[in-house]
Amino acid sequence: MTLLAIPVIALAAALWCAIPRSARAAPAVTLGAAVVAFALSTQVLWALRFGATLAPARGWVETDALGAFLLVLIAFVYMTAALYSWGYLNAEGTTARRVRLYHANFNLFAFSMFCIPLVSELGLVWIFVELTTLLSVLLVSYALTPEAVEAAWKYMILTLLGATTAVLGVLVLFWALHTTGSTDFTWAGLRAAAPHMPQALLGAAFVLLLVGYGAKIGLVPLHTWLPDAHSQAPSPVCAMLSGIETSAVLYVLLRLRNVFAGDPALHVGTWFALAGLISVGVAALLIVQARDYKRLFAFSTVEHMGIMLTAASILTPFGDTATLWQMLAHAVTKSFCFYAAGIAVIVTGSREIADVRGLLGISRVASAGLLVGGLAIGGAPPMAVFPSELAIVRAALQAHGYAVASLLVLFIVVAFFGVMWHVTSMLAGPPVTSARHRVPVTCALALAVAAIPVFVLGLWIPSGLSQALESAAKVLGT
Amino acid sequence: MTALLLELNALVLGLFIISTIAMTVTRQIGACMQIFIVQSLLLAASAFLLGAAPFSWHLFALGCVTVASKAVIIPWLLRRLVPGEIDRRRELSQAIDVPTTLLIALGLTFAGYAFAQHLVHAADNLSPGNISMGFAALLVGLLLLAVRIEAVPQLLGLLAMENAAFLAGIAIAPDFPLIAELAIAFDVPLLAFIVALLARIAYRSMGTTQVGGLASLKERQ
Repeated sequence: MTLLAIPVIALAAALWCAIPRSARAAPAVTLGAAVVAFALSTQVLWALRFGATLAPARGWVETDALGAFLLVLIAFVYMTAALYSWGYLNAEGTTARRVRLYHANFNLFAFSMFCIPLVSELGLVWIFVELTTLLSVLLVSYALTPEAVEAAWKYMILTLLGATTAVLGVLVLFWALHTTGSTDFTWAGLRAAAPHMPQALLGAAFVLLLVGYGAKIGLVPLHTWLPDAHSQAPSPVCAMLSGIETSAVLYVLLRLRNVFAGDPALHVGTWFALAGLISVGVAALLIVQARDYKRLFAFSTVEHMGIMLTAASILTPFGDTATLWQMLAHAVTKSFCFYAAGIAVIVTGSREIADVRGLLGISRVASAGLLVGGLAIGGAPPMAVFPSELAIVRAALQAHGYAVASLLVLFIVVAFFGVMWHVTSMLAGPPVTSARHRVPVTCALALAVAAIPVFVLGLWIPSGLSQALESAAKVLGT
Repeated sequence: MTALLLELNALVLGLFIISTIAMTVTRQIGACMQIFIVQSLLLAASAFLLGAAPFSWHLFALGCVTVASKAVIIPWLLRRLVPGEIDRRRELSQAIDVPTTLLIALGLTFAGYAFAQHLVHAADNLSPGNISMGFAALLVGLLLLAVRIEAVPQLLGLLAMENAAFLAGIAIAPDFPLIAELAIAFDVPLLAFIVALLARIAYRSMGTTQVGGLASLKERQ
């Protein structure tokens, strides 16, 4: 019941916020739902940390340590984004109706993401992945400016195009399963039947699913929606899109990797490494030439997705642990970065890097946030991304992937200096303007809460979380 | 499956690919939507024919849900949300001229057909024609999405691609779990609703639904 309660809480909060005259309480209801969802998700992960499975409806709704791990990430970012939204919308000076509709949509978006790790039937997984797009499009266009509508349209068309490609992949995979005499279209059923599936069908399904879901996680060259959507969407929505929506779809690809990796002729590891390294390399160059600091962090998401896909290509148990570690570090750090960027937009009124100078003299919260965020997302010690990226490079070296490790290090270093060059240029110099608005209390509070795991996980991983990570990596089971 | 049903299905498949190509070259939004309705009815007809002998209630359910969602609910939703687009506007803007589009569509039909031949012989299926025409129509649908500039025809392109995927799907996965089929079917009207709503927002904020021409968001040099 605990498992089902998590998405139901988000859905109930959405319905409550949809009721007319609920605008005043909508932020509190959303935050309350998010806190409860986080507590329940943590409880589920704790219960599954040694590798058990919870199955309220076997074959349809079931999850294991890997699913529970993703649940906790979604719930954490949902919670901090809900807190951040409260003050952020007030600072934007919007109407009560729009506040209510924002929260209703925000909770629905969280609901769709919670469902991805909870369902095990591949058709349902596809539906919830598509729902994440449909339920977030209107959040991206929230500002109602021509640029916001353009960003939302591009986001929707490109990701739905990916979803249509992926649905054909799902159907071909079902066909391949059918040839083995099995009808168990779940993660476990597919994995058991994979060695007996016809190679031609398995190969076609792999290509269709990699391209289809690749569009959603922003793999180059299907990444173009990502910077547009992130530059225009409200910052808490960016935190959800970038921090966990992309990771939730990557989780689906990681599970699918298990099905395809059994057939050596498909060269799954090679394709993952190629797609991952191209994304990391292109993103590193895009980071250097970014002009908008929200787009800068969006390019960094493309880079991180590429790093995780490259890590998943190593196909060793340590590589899988490092992939999930990076997913955790990315979720907490990227959401922190977008909270800091949102505060900078509130105080300066501009997203252009060239327009923001002397931020240190304008807002200490925004400056500290951007500086810590830039260092953390670039992979500087002692913050969460540093040990996870180090683990990925070590895993690549252990598997004798010297070229992969070298290219990764090169691209990560370029991206780090790119991010820090832009961030320091915004902080230094005399202030070009005075603060437009004060930093809303809940925004500063959300930034502080998000900062805790950014720092703590760089220095120490609690034993329960470490056990859960290992169990989750075992589910991937290479 | 009887020979008569197979022949009827082959006729339906031929009409399906013709309707998809017709959507790419039709110059009026209203007509484009009418052809989309015909395409959806043809998908349902193929599901009924393949599901008739031996009887498959999965395919009959899919056919019924396709008629309800794509031939009834989606056109109704679009007329409610963006009536000006469908009834008043006459000529469509198109990124490539009609003869070139037609030529590309024919090329894509052959490419999709050729690719599908690789799969058709890999394992048993209900109807190889569905798979070939499904892949061909998927690529033509992609072309429709690429050449149209207005919001509604872009949506129709997406939905045409989805119809194409399901045309192949009913032959390769006739017993796809029903709950997933139904959920996918209900997902489609939601998709149409969101897209139409965004088209309406675009019209209000920009005075146009020519979303294909939007290019203000890019890295400035």
